[in-house]
Order: sequence, then structure tokens, then C-alpha cells
Amino acid sequence: MTDSSEPLLAVDGTPLKRKLAQSMFRSRARAFGLALPLLAFIIVVFVYPILDFLRQSVYDARFATLMPATSEAMADWDGSTAPTEQMATALVADLVVAKKEKTIGKVATRVNRELSGTRSLFTKTARNAKKMKPPYMEALIKKDKDWADIETWHAMKTASRIFTPAYIAAALDRKMLADGSIVQQSEERRIHVQLFARTMEISFLVTIFCLILGYPIAFLMASLPLRTSNLLLILVLLPFWTSLLVRTTAWIAMLQAQGVMNDLFVVFGLATDEDRFSLIYNKTGTLIAMTHILLPFMILPLFSVMKTIPPSYVRAAKSMGATDWTAFWRVYFPQSVPGIGAGALLVFILAIGYYITPALVGGQDGQMVSNIIDFHMRKSLNWNLAAALGLVMLVFVMFLFWVYDRVVGIDNMKLG
Amino acid sequence: MKKTTLLLTGTALALGATSAFAGSHTGSITAVSWGGAYTVSQIEAYHKPWTAATGNTVVSEDYSGGIAEVKAQVEAGNVTWDIIDVEKSDAVRGCDEGLFMEIDPTSLPAGSDGTAAVDDFIPGSFTDCAVANIVWSTIFAYDSSVTTNGPKTIADFFNVDAFPGKRGLRKSPKANLEMALAADGVASGDIYDVLATDEGVDRAFAKLDSIKDAVVWWEAGAQPPQLLADGEVAMTTAYNGRIFNAVAGEGKSFEIVWDAQVLDVDMWAIIKGAPNAELAMDFLKFSTATEQLAAQASYIAYGPARKSSAPYVTTYHSNADLEMGPQMPTAAANLATAIPNDFEFWADNADELNERFNAWLIN
Repeated sequence: MTDSSEPLLAVDGTPLKRKLAQSMFRSRARAFGLALPLLAFIIVVFVYPILDFLRQSVYDARFATLMPATSEAMADWDGSTAPTEQMATALVADLVVAKKEKTIGKVATRVNRELSGTRSLFTKTARNAKKMKPPYMEALIKKDKDWADIETWHAMKTASRIFTPAYIAAALDRKMLADGSIVQQSEERRIHVQLFARTMEISFLVTIFCLILGYPIAFLMASLPLRTSNLLLILVLLPFWTSLLVRTTAWIAMLQAQGVMNDLFVVFGLATDEDRFSLIYNKTGTLIAMTHILLPFMILPLFSVMKTIPPSYVRAAKSMGATDWTAFWRVYFPQSVPGIGAGALLVFILAIGYYITPALVGGQDGQMVSNIIDFHMRKSLNWNLAAALGLVMLVFVMFLFWVYDRVVGIDNMKLG
Repeated sequence: MKKTTLLLTGTALALGATSAFAGSHTGSITAVSWGGAYTVSQIEAYHKPWTAATGNTVVSEDYSGGIAEVKAQVEAGNVTWDIIDVEKSDAVRGCDEGLFMEIDPTSLPAGSDGTAAVDDFIPGSFTDCAVANIVWSTIFAYDSSVTTNGPKTIADFFNVDAFPGKRGLRKSPKANLEMALAADGVASGDIYDVLATDEGVDRAFAKLDSIKDAVVWWEAGAQPPQLLADGEVAMTTAYNGRIFNAVAGEGKSFEIVWDAQVLDVDMWAIIKGAPNAELAMDFLKFSTATEQLAAQASYIAYGPARKSSAPYVTTYHSNADLEMGPQMPTAAANLATAIPNDFEFWADNADELNERFNAWLIN
């Protein structure tokens, strides 16, 4: 018999507790070591690029780097007084350098984002900057009367900020003024807030449609014998093996004015030949095509959860006098909720960032935020604004995730 | 052990292959263009003759416009493309952003009639970084087998009461705003003066508003002929070469209306840091010579950017009866009300008008 106050010792005399901790640590370290390559991979190719890109939404040193003297001269100017001769002198000096270094295009593009039409003002002035004589303010105004316009200087002041909330403001349909205050955009330029709302609306509707269509199929698959349910599973998975582009294009052939659906409607007298339904190149088209494409993402989690629900529970409920409906609603349905949660979250998050399908079938009112991000990435080259839109979207999705966690509970989710 | 040997052999082979290439003094460039019938015309008229003349090869890649890929390549310091066919506005923008090499127009070969290159090319053919190869235009077209009494003017395009049916338009303010003003009665010479004012922009959008509900928007050049062929739209704006090829190549009965066509040029630009910049420059000079530009006109109805090419423009490559001259946007009969695209205006105002156009689109 050993005294209970004495610690248990291992063979080599060290306390067993410490020995255990050591071996636990070793196995944990080994597990971590095995996961390390993946972790490093994710950080290098996923986390870092995203963070680096998102940085662009608040960081823009282009003007400050290329026009250093001007930026410094403007640092203390609050935009309420007339621009000074000192600022004009610095500007002309910077323009001479920018012309020589061929960076004037970058500067002009940057300021043009703040005030349309300043691009040519900058390139033209830079061409003559070398010949200008003091007083520079007069020389500038003589070259182009737009230099007398304080708006031009305001635009430069805004552009000279290195860390700027201007892009995030723009992503929320707001505009930053030279003095740093933020006001709402004029009405005919407001676009993003409405687009975010529409993206939410489309994603929400697609999730609901997927649930309504997917639940019965998953239920059927879970209750049929294995052979038949496997066949159904293959049918559900079949679209996964077809290119997304092909599936979307197939919907164009189905839904367009001269397409299969409309031809059938005309045959059955639901529409006249001259007045066919507009089922595509609008929101309807986006909803139909996206629901079809995302449906498997709803069915699979539902199916895998439903498969684990023992049929004996429903039988037991019925044997105790429950009707079919009560047995389903009170016994079966609550057990399938984790599958609904997983499927809905999966479909919603995929839908929010959807891009190709709305671009092809969305027309004008079926466009989503991703399409405007694409526009700024590829066409306008305003990557800062694209990053800001991405950041707003990311924050919003995080918020929804948090709400979901509070309301449904993330533990309540089951992917299989 | 075995693996190592394999790896070493592979490396040796690769090294051997590289030195073999270097030894034969031929190289390869990657030329990027818009694909479809347009790239085919370039392969026939530029790439093949260049390969025959120099032994160098051209790898052809397709893209869908915009210079984001170029920007990404240059900023990452990993440039794989050498030369790219861009719209003029993108040529200017890319030059501003420092993505393209500067090109001195005086270094280009003289025309076949001896005219210096700077005088031989049509006005507006040069930017600091790019040289024009063809003149293309945005026109509108309809299917004459469906619409028998077809539209004649741009005003008809905007008149949905007299000419019912859907309209196809490019999803971009460019060309649409110009055409809208022309339809509203602005003379082709005054379009950009009017568009430079706020009232002018309002007026253009108001005109677009009048057909907004009937519009099907397209983005890629291949879409409008398809929309017409499917009967999705009664008439659509399009690039004239695409409509021409549907008519000449596929026997469609499309009619082009040249009223208020918006003229533009496509240009070659060489990417800064291109792996084969010197070869690419040689290719650029070769392909923009009089004969090559004239040869290209046998494959697609885009006008050569050199004046000296005009006498050499012959017939369609597969149909000796089809004279290409009258199919060109630059043919005298088609030019009467043409609107030459003002790239300076678009470089200045593209951001603002795009913003306004996008907002108008979703409201």
C-alpha cells in the first residue's frame, strides 16, 4: 500500500503527472507539426494575399509618393482658404519631375478619380511645367483656368491622404470632402448600398428556394432503399460534373424569349407569340439559374443529417397516436434542423459571392456586388474601390455569421 | 536513388532543349488578342507571314479586353505576354499606368508608296505606347429576313413605337451615349461638346431611358450576332466586323446601318518587361506594314490604319465576288455621319460616366 499523499512515480522516478503532460505535449506537437504544412500553405496563399489586398481599401500612397512636395505643402491646408503660392510652386516642381519620370499618368489617373476631367488637366500642364516662371499660381491659371477652381485643389488634397477612408466611404455611396468630412453621394450616383441590398435579397431568396426544393428530395433519398437512393444521389451530383458555364448557358437556351420554355407557353396558350415572358437577362433569370446551380449544396448536408435519423422515432410517435403531420413536425423535423442550418449557411454564403451566373443571365436588375467588384478589377482598374467593396462584404458576412451563431448556434450545424 | 536520377535526367533534357533553341536563333512571342474571327484574321495576315519571313513563332492567346491581366502581370513582376491588341482607351490608360513600353512612331517602316509612317497612318493612330492596326466601328444591325421594312437611321433605333422589338446594347456607356445624342438630333461633329456638359449627359441618359425597358445588354463581341440570329432582339449595336462575318461566313441576312457609327481603332502595345520585347517590336513593325494590313482586310471588315493599304484591299478570302472596300467603316459612303471616338474625352470622363451608367442601370 502506498501513502495517498505521495505522488505517483513513473519507472524512472519522475512524477507520473509531469510524465503524462510531457507525452501529451509531444503528441500535440506532432499533430501540430503534421498540420503545419497546410497551415503555412493557407497563410501564404490565402490569408496573406487577402489581407494584402484588403489593405488597399484604406491605403493609397500613389499621390503622396509621386507628388511629395505638393503633398507636404498641402498637409496643413484645410481647404477653406484659397490655395497658396507655396502650394503652386511645389506642384509645378512635382509636375516637372513626374513628367520626366513618366509617372504623370499615374498621378493624373489618381486625381481624376476624385474629380472627373482632371486627367487631361494634369497631363497638359505637366507638358508645359518646365517652362513655367514664378509666380506659379498665375502661370498655372494662365495655362488652364481650371487651376483657379478650388475643387481641383480639393481633389488633390483628398488624393494626398495615404491612409484614407475615401474608398470605404465610396463603397457605401458616400463621398469624402477635402476637409475630411463625409457626405452622401448625389442621387444619380448612388449604387452600392442598393446593390448590397439586392445581393442579400437574391441570396436569401435562392436559399429559401433551395430549401423548399431540396428538403423533399433529401427526405425521399433518406427514406428510400439504398439502391434507389444511390441512384438519386448520382442524379443530384451529376450537375457537379458539368461545367458551371455550360449549366448557365443551358438556362439561357431554356429561358430566352425564343427558348424552350417560352415556346411551350405559346403552344399551351399561356403566352401569345408576340408577348413572350422575359425569364432571363433579369432577376428572375438569376434566381432560377442560381437556385438550380446551388441546389446540391442544400441537398447533400440535408441528406447526410436525415440519414442518421432513426426511422424508429417516427414509428414510435405514430404508435402513440401522433398523426403523420405531428410525427413529422414534432419528431422528424427538429432532428433535421442541423442539416437545414448547414445547407442554408452554405448556400447563402456561396450565393452572396456568386459571379458568373449573374454576369451571364442577370441583365440589368439581376446584377450583384461581385459583378461591380469585377468591373472595378478588370475595367476601371480601381482596385482600391474593389478592395473596399470586398471588405464591406466580408464584414457583413462575418456579422451574419455572428448573428447565425447567436440565433441558431454554430454547434447546431452538421455537414455530415 | 532512382528518383534522383530521373530528376537529373529531366533537368539535363530541359537544359539541352533550352540551349538548342538558343542555338538556332529563332524565338517565340506571345501575342494576345480578342479571339474568334478577329484573331483568325491576324494569324492569317500577320503571324503566318512573320513566321515565314523570320522563322520566329507566335503563340496566340485570347482575352476579353481590359488591362487588368496586364496590370497584374506587371505588378507581380512576372510578365508572360509580349504584345497585346488593345482598344485605344486602354492603350492610353495602360501607358498612364506604366504598363506599356513607349514606342516611337518614326521608327516604323514607311508605307509601300514611300510615305513616312507618321503621315501614312490615319490621324489618331498613335499614342505614346501604341500603334493602330485597324479601324473598327460600333454600328447597329438588324435581320432583314425578319424585319422587312428595316430601320434607316440611328433615330429609328431609339424609336420603339415605329420599330417594335428588343434592342441589344453593349453594357458600357461608351458608344451608347454618343449614339443616343445622335438619335436626339445632335450633329456628329458636336457630340463630344454636348457630352462634356452636365445637361448633355442628362440628355443622353434621357434618350437611353426611352428604350431602357427594351434593352438586352451584351458584353462580348460574339454576343450580338447570336442575339440577332436567335431572334432575341430586333436590332442590336455590334462591332461591324462581327456582323460582316456572320453575313459573309455564315450566310446570315443581317443588314448594317452605318448612320452614326462610332469609329475607333485597335492598337498593338508591348508590355513593359515583356520577355521577348525586341522580337515583339519586330513583329509590331512587320504586322503594321502596308501589305499585312491590306491582307488582313480580306478576312475581316475592319479598315487598315494605313492610307497606303487602301489600294491593296481586295476581295473576301473565300468569295472572290465580295469586294471588301465598301464593307469597311472607312468607306466614303459609310463615313457621312460617323462619330470618331474621342479618346481624350473618355480618358477624362470614363470613371464618372461609368459610375453614372452603372447606377442608371440598376435603378
